[in-house]
Amino acid sequence: MDFSLAPRASQFRSDVKQILREVDLAEIVETQHRTGLFNSPEVNRALAAKGLLERVVPGMGTGDPIELWLLFNELEKSGLGYDGISVAVMVAAVVNHVGTDFQKATVLPSILSGEALVCLGYSEPDHGSDVASIVTRATRDGDEWVIDGAKMWTSLAQEASWILLLTRTDTDVPKHKGLTTFIMPMDTPGISVEPVHTMGSERTNATFYDNVRVGQQWVLGEVNGGWRTMGVALAFERGVMGGTAAAVPLLRRFHHWAAEGGLLDDPVVRERLARIAVDNVVASLLTQKAAWIAASGGLPGLEGSMVKVFATEAYQRAAAWCQQMAGPAGLLHFHETGAAAGGYVDYDARHAPVTTIYGGTSEINRNNIAERHLGFPKAR
Amino acid sequence: MDLSLSDDQRVIRDVFADFFAREAPAPVARAAEPLGFDRGLWERLLSTGAPGMGAAEHDGGGGATLSDLIVIIEELGRSIAPVPLIEHLVASRLHPVEPVVTGDLIATIALRPADAAGTWRLVPAGAIADIVIGVDGDELVAVRSDPPGRAPVNHASAPLADRSARGGTGTVIGPASMIDLALDEWRTLTAAALVGIGDTAMAIGVEYVKSRKQFGVPIASFQAVQHGMADLPILVEGARLLTHRAAWAGDRAVPGTTGTTDVDDNEIDDFATLAGMAFVFAAQAAAHATDRSLHFHGGYGYAQEYDIQLYYRRARGWALVLDDPTNEYRRIADRLLGSPGSADARDTPASNLPTPTEA
Repeated sequence: MDFSLAPRASQFRSDVKQILREVDLAEIVETQHRTGLFNSPEVNRALAAKGLLERVVPGMGTGDPIELWLLFNELEKSGLGYDGISVAVMVAAVVNHVGTDFQKATVLPSILSGEALVCLGYSEPDHGSDVASIVTRATRDGDEWVIDGAKMWTSLAQEASWILLLTRTDTDVPKHKGLTTFIMPMDTPGISVEPVHTMGSERTNATFYDNVRVGQQWVLGEVNGGWRTMGVALAFERGVMGGTAAAVPLLRRFHHWAAEGGLLDDPVVRERLARIAVDNVVASLLTQKAAWIAASGGLPGLEGSMVKVFATEAYQRAAAWCQQMAGPAGLLHFHETGAAAGGYVDYDARHAPVTTIYGGTSEINRNNIAERHLGFPKAR
Repeated sequence: MDLSLSDDQRVIRDVFADFFAREAPAPVARAAEPLGFDRGLWERLLSTGAPGMGAAEHDGGGGATLSDLIVIIEELGRSIAPVPLIEHLVASRLHPVEPVVTGDLIATIALRPADAAGTWRLVPAGAIADIVIGVDGDELVAVRSDPPGRAPVNHASAPLADRSARGGTGTVIGPASMIDLALDEWRTLTAAALVGIGDTAMAIGVEYVKSRKQFGVPIASFQAVQHGMADLPILVEGARLLTHRAAWAGDRAVPGTTGTTDVDDNEIDDFATLAGMAFVFAAQAAAHATDRSLHFHGGYGYAQEYDIQLYYRRARGWALVLDDPTNEYRRIADRLLGSPGSADARDTPASNLPTPTEA
């Protein structure tokens, strides 16, 4: 095996690190936690200005999945919230893969300039992991589609220009075969957004679709081919595009706080920090494996499931350990006197629970591994 | 970046997968208990050239890299072959005398310095090795003496024994610090063996739950069983990648220097750190894989007749012969965080932590 980065990828990583050095990370993170919007227009624009967004989109630019991994790995390690740009780049890849010329010309430039955000309308109040059962209807009316229904966990909807919306277009066929995806403007009349506040500072949303009328030009992929379009999106999303290094900034912040307070001499603390460090290296290697498979022309769906389960559960262990090791200081929020690691220990303890849920629960991913890798029968 | 085996490594893997499958299926390990050594198998292994592969070419060896050697050792782990190839390979790189390079004499390393009485305690392969290399005082010495030929009966049926650092014929190899690199090579190779143990234990478990029926269906159809097993390929693959990462660093390390240990950026290229990480993680993966597979065998997993218990005991024994893993984690911490009480640990510069306000 060869773990070295090609010179071009290495330069790419340096460029990303340089951009992150040039912005005021502290100020950006402050704003993100205050607003609950985990996005940075400043960073997105800086990346776009150097062509680094277009460059990483699968099927565009260099389209090198190694660079895609490096971009999101550096963003995540910096401790910055980057949900906005990760969803946007993923949707850009899907639009580029299955979209029409009109959609590519309309949607891609706005995303790749770092200006437009996209939200994902997949889950519904009664349909989460079993997403193929969603009931939001899209009905044909002449040249138009009329959409009615409700979506849940529509993060970024309050700022997004676009939505990738999963709808039901045929109720007379098996559930996977009657789905259609749309990529459409969020300012289409009839869409409304209600905030859902979370334990982890992040604001997400419930969104409602009341007699929303859109033209055929916003259908993404084939009518009743929505499940395949979803598969493309998931294959890009899992593993490579961040979400596997959350414990890196946690360990860094805890490490420095522990050093300042003398906690770093405690042998139990040292052992636990070493365990977190080992898990961080393993998570990075499993992510690299997924990226390398994608770079070799494969679809790392299985490897994506593997790294997602490992990295998110390791992050939860790390967050719990750090909070315990900090004692009562680990309970204190940002800006409270004596808060462990400036409040990040508490923040990570609040944030970690969602990571084994969104983007495919650990259970769904274990089903995937059991069926596709171990050859076990479908158990549901 | 290329995370597949090289063409050469694929050839090596196929040759040794075939050798161990043919010459050392599980009944061979079972028959070699309690000593944990099969001399006939060792002699057949000599014909492959494996015992001399690790020594440098100018010493008559094969000049193989660690990255190549771990491929062989993973295959050894799969069949829990009762031959001390890991110890011999490491020893042959420290003391490449002709009968060691040929494998006519078996050499091993003592994992801990000799005690005040000059005894190396519980040396791996100590029951059968002709030469033991280890630290005595401030020197690294090679001692040739007659092996006892028996081991204290132990958990892993490993050929452990106490050996004297001062009896027999001794040769000074160099300063005691020379053992450090050898121990990291031992950690890396042992990690590879544990990956092989974990992978085979998983395969045994997968096969068993697919064939075992309860309530009228294979128990592999139950989600509780599926999810218990689904963790295993993650841990085994993680351990395999980490072992290869350690070997890759080891093959490129400049002796006497410390590689990158930037834990804050998760950029770690230091061989000693990675060797320790691979060792503890592979031990954990093998322990977990054997535990789950044994458990899903139900009572049969506990019966001597089934092979999974052979793997279960070795997954623990082959790792614990070094030390309590807690101490291994602390050693990793020393490299990443500085020694306790050191300037590194106390005076790490204050980070520029942002302190956000919440909504």
